[in-house]
Parts: sequence; structure tokens; C-alpha cells
Amino acid sequence: MIKMRESVIMKIHYGTALGAVALVAIHILFRMTQNFTVSLQYENVIANYHLLPYSLMLEVVLILLSIHGFNGLRVILLELKQGIGYEKIVNWGCISAMAVLVAYGSRTILMAGMGIS
Amino acid sequence: MAAISPKMAEEVSQTAVPTPKSITLVISKFNPNHESSYKFVEFKVPVQKWTTVLDAILYVKQHLDTSIAVRYSCRQASCGSCGMKINGKPSLACYTKISELNSDIVTVEPMSNFPIIRDLAVDFTSLFSNHKKLKPYIIREDSEIVGDAKEFLQTPKDVEEYLQFSYCIKCGLCNSACPTMATDSSFLGPQALTQAYRYVADNRDKGKKERLKMVDESHGIWRCHFAGSCSKVCPKGVDPAMGIQLLRGYLLGFRK
Repeated sequence: MIKMRESVIMKIHYGTALGAVALVAIHILFRMTQNFTVSLQYENVIANYHLLPYSLMLEVVLILLSIHGFNGLRVILLELKQGIGYEKIVNWGCISAMAVLVAYGSRTILMAGMGIS
Repeated sequence: MAAISPKMAEEVSQTAVPTPKSITLVISKFNPNHESSYKFVEFKVPVQKWTTVLDAILYVKQHLDTSIAVRYSCRQASCGSCGMKINGKPSLACYTKISELNSDIVTVEPMSNFPIIRDLAVDFTSLFSNHKKLKPYIIREDSEIVGDAKEFLQTPKDVEEYLQFSYCIKCGLCNSACPTMATDSSFLGPQALTQAYRYVADNRDKGKKERLKMVDESHGIWRCHFAGSCSKVCPKGVDPAMGIQLLRGYLLGFRK
């Protein structure tokens, strides 16, 4: 398997952070179109998922934050302890956890969008 | 004998050597081969305005406890041998005057992030091996001693790119102050990374690609969190934190 250079990983890390900040800002601005408490009511939340561009944006936010967050966790764990076996477990563990979270989040977005509860 | 006027007598008394005051020097003692934990031993040491911490340690070694292990050589901040924690801050013992510490109690401990050999002497094996790993020399095919070129000319601007980083004396204080080194034993450290930048930025060097590849690994340059403590403790005015950021610039494509 081709090993990704650390500089490539960190470029992805910084890029996902910038992307997430921009998209989360849009997400927060959307909350401001109406009263904050009202925007969190069940019907309004579900309505967001029925809007295709908005649910696509949420999907992108989910992917960006998962990549950024789990890579951050990987870095913290690598600095905490060292060893070939341990580092392999941390790398693969973080990739797997990221994939699981993206899959579960996507499933939620998809189900909410399709009106399945 | 000529009489001395009261004014002259006052001047004479001002220039005379003042009576030494004494401070408490607390030395961390630990022999990893025989002890499981370190202990602090207190000594009363007479000091003058110009007494350095190294002078005080050597006073103790000469008069009070000959068993204290301390590494030193040049006594002028050139060799980088006498690095230790003085009142908690990594410093060179020969370059730190007791009068500047503004404290009657001076505590000396071995540098953090290094294995202890005994008392104040630490093992520099990892420091030197990381330094060596990054090839701290000019890499190029040709040489100034063969061929027509007698020397590789550089403009003052070319020299400015790396000059301050060439002042490193490999004392290890930056590695001792680095918070990443405290947990990541595989981290290359600010000393080695700064030296990598020193040669990458040197326009006579042709080993940039090779060195960048070496620092671009999981325990390399990306593990620096830019705390900046390395730059704060450097006795030679080197700014390793900046060197590391400049080196990152090459990997991120900001610098060519």
C-alpha cells in the first residue's frame, strides 16, 4: 500500500479545517434566518434535510470534520506513545473510525432527507 | 605615608571588593544505576556579583561534595556542555550569573527530555544522532578544491537566509524546553530541524530534496506545535521556532 507523506496529510488537515470553518459559518448563518429556538424545532430541522443543496452541504461538513477530527486525534495519539505496532493500530483505527462516522452520518442525512425515521 | 582625604577614602571603599554574600544552591542528585528517584541537596555557597551558576557548582564540587557530576568545558557559552535547568529554566550554567537570578535560592536540575547519566550530566546520544541524521553539511557533487571554482560565492543576502541558524552550539536547551519532546521520544526536535533548515536555506547546498524527505515523516517537522519555548531558551539567539516554520514553507510550497 502506498504510504501518504506527512506533508500531504497535513495539507489535507489544514484544507479540511478551512473548508469546515467556511461551511459551518454558512450553517450558523442559516440558523439566524429565524429565531434560534424555532430553528431547532423538529419540523424545521427535518425541513433542512429535505432541501437538497443544504443536505449536500451538511454531508460535506460531516466529511470535512471527520477527516480533520480523526487526523487530529491520530496526531495526539502518536505524540502520546511511540512504537511500530502502536502507530499502525492508531493509523488504521483512526481511518476506520472516520469511515464508520461518515457512513453513520450519511445514513442519518439520507434517511432524514427521504423522510424515513 | 600620604594622608588620604575623606573623599578619596570613600572612593577607595567603593572600588574595594565587596564581602561575598551567600546563597543556597540546591542540586538535584540522581544516579540511575543505584537510585530509583532523585533527591535535592542544599549547599551554602559564597557568591560575588560576577559568580556564575557553574562557578557555584564547581565551588561545591571543590569544597563541599566532590561526587557531583557536571559536564562543562569552555566556560564562555561556546561549547554547549553545561546546559541544565536553573530555577526551572533550561540555561547554560556558565552563561547565567547568580546575581541576575534575583533569588537567594538557586536550584539546578538536569535538562528535561534527556536520559540522565548522573546528577546534572545528561545523555546527548539522541541529540547528536538526530543532528547527524539530517546531514548537517553542504551536499553537492562538485567541490571548491577541485575544478576551476576556488570558492562558492554568496551575496550577503544569501548568507542572511541561514546565518543565525549556524550559531547553534548543540547545547540541547531547545530540545529540553520543547513540549513535544516531553511526550514524543521519536520527534526529531527543534535542534535537528533548525539545522536542516540551515542547510536547506544555504544556496551552496544541493541536498534540499533529501533533507525535506527526512523531516517530512510522522515524527518529523509536523509535530512541532509552535510553542516557541525553544527560541526563548537559546543562549545564542537562534530562533528554532522560526527556522521550523520556514522549513515548513518549503513543504507547503510557499518557498522554493
